[in-house]
Amino acid sequence: MWKLSAMLLAAAATLSAQSPRYGVGRPPTPEEIRELGSAIAPDGTGLPEGAGTVAAGRELFAAQCARCHGPTGEGDVGARLVGGQGTLRTPRPLKTVGSFWPYATTLWDYVNRAMPFDRPGLLKPPEVYAAVAYVLNLNGIIEADRVMDATSLPKVKMPNRDGFVADPRPDVRKERRQH
Amino acid sequence: MKHGRRSRRQLLQMGVAVGGSLLAGQQARALETDPRKLGEPLGPYGERSPFEKAVRWRRESKTPETGSSFTPLHDSVGIVTPSALHYERHHSGIPTIDPAKHRLVIHGLVDRPLALSMAEIRRLPSVTRILALECGGNSAGEWGAATGADVQRSYGLVSGSEWTGVSLSLLLAEAGMQPRASWVIAEGADACRMMRSIPLAKALENSVLAYGQNGEAMRPAQGYPLRLINPGWEGNTNVKWLHSLKLTDQPYMARDETSKYSDLMPDGKARIFTYAMEAKSVITFPSGGQTLPTRGLYELTGLAWSGRGRIERVEVTTDGGRTWVQAPLQEPRLPIALTRFRLAWRFDGQDALIASRAIDETKYVQPTRAALIAVRGTNSTYHYNGIKVWSVRADGTVTNVEA
Repeated sequence: MWKLSAMLLAAAATLSAQSPRYGVGRPPTPEEIRELGSAIAPDGTGLPEGAGTVAAGRELFAAQCARCHGPTGEGDVGARLVGGQGTLRTPRPLKTVGSFWPYATTLWDYVNRAMPFDRPGLLKPPEVYAAVAYVLNLNGIIEADRVMDATSLPKVKMPNRDGFVADPRPDVRKERRQH
Repeated sequence: MKHGRRSRRQLLQMGVAVGGSLLAGQQARALETDPRKLGEPLGPYGERSPFEKAVRWRRESKTPETGSSFTPLHDSVGIVTPSALHYERHHSGIPTIDPAKHRLVIHGLVDRPLALSMAEIRRLPSVTRILALECGGNSAGEWGAATGADVQRSYGLVSGSEWTGVSLSLLLAEAGMQPRASWVIAEGADACRMMRSIPLAKALENSVLAYGQNGEAMRPAQGYPLRLINPGWEGNTNVKWLHSLKLTDQPYMARDETSKYSDLMPDGKARIFTYAMEAKSVITFPSGGQTLPTRGLYELTGLAWSGRGRIERVEVTTDGGRTWVQAPLQEPRLPIALTRFRLAWRFDGQDALIASRAIDETKYVQPTRAALIAVRGTNSTYHYNGIKVWSVRADGTVTNVEA
């Protein structure tokens, strides 16, 4: 028995390090992957079919979003969604979708996964596109006649797209003698 | 909704008032039993003594399902936080998950996509580590002014636990990583499906899929039944209620890594993927809100930790920074864990400014608040690790102080 085990181990060692060693799990179903892991990449990977207009978004926003975010996204219990462009370098920066968020796909992903706050998952893909279109329009990022879908959304250039830098820490070095 | 919240708050306030003053004396007498009478019968799951009152402090938030609760560091001993007092940060409430139904899917750029049950995960070889876990926003209030009145409210979004689980690298090898894979997108099963992008290098270095905390299954508020633990990295990346890991060739720029948990600098640029929690320490006794009853010898104590490794040294000043002495460190002194320091100190009835600074194994020295602000300004929200100065007054009271 021991000999057999040792032989099996030796055989396993000659295989690729990435061969399954424990053989746990089963292939997930497409539904499971859709349900549990439907994150959207900044290049649009993962965006579903469907489309939404600014006009449809205005209607949807009034029905589903305005009670927390205010009628035009000025914020209340929910975050402020508009304004703040040009404030990031000031003593009182206002970080909103319009002034701060680097990718429009992030807005789609977040609305889809987390909104409305008390009923996340309620919105169908065309409604998410519409809500996103309206919020982008409120911020002056897209025109009122635009349609958002899997092709157009990743192409939207957010005002603060180039506003992020890599982590340079440790950035605060102090000569211990100064104390 | 607003009315509901107010009612809840009023109830809580009433609870505090009743528990705090009216009943305190009578309750203590009633709880104390005659030492010659038979005590309580044995129970299946333990409770702390009814005389112990340490609780988390809950910062008021816009909705009851969001917000933070802070560990009572001033009441802590040792380096492990009781699971019931571990800090919490929630974005859409605490889900109740049946572990028999929970699934983790591993998909994306892998050779063999996997769906795993908790039973399968728990059958794999386990690892256990004692680690500090700190919210990226701990001490955020100190950026504006060093006004945290006590150590719980200003530094309490850090806790220490023993975590047990499976090395993420083991499961990733099981699924077979494809050469293009460079990031892992981790998603949780809370209502808002909290999601973060983790570099694959970190996942392979030391990330753990934890199911155990302090010797038992982790608490629901900590991610039951499964949580990602990224040692030394900001709490938010330690995705709770983990149900999906997707291997990708790019970060997904989640809301919680772009809009939130990025650090805005004075030049208007924001630092992104600022994962590591740098070395930090704070004196927990004497600390804000406490009173030294008499002059005399005390054991000054506190906690130090670093996301980059072991605490090598902690220095303490009791004269406002003129002189610093090395404080003995209590064993064990583990990498990325809370490390307790202690120093005998004589309070002679004179005003004293006391503070600690941590030095970790990378030789990084915990900076002063002024040094931090000189580089980062006051609007970066996250990753504050400045030295905290407490003022001990001649009458023995301890308060926060702008230093």
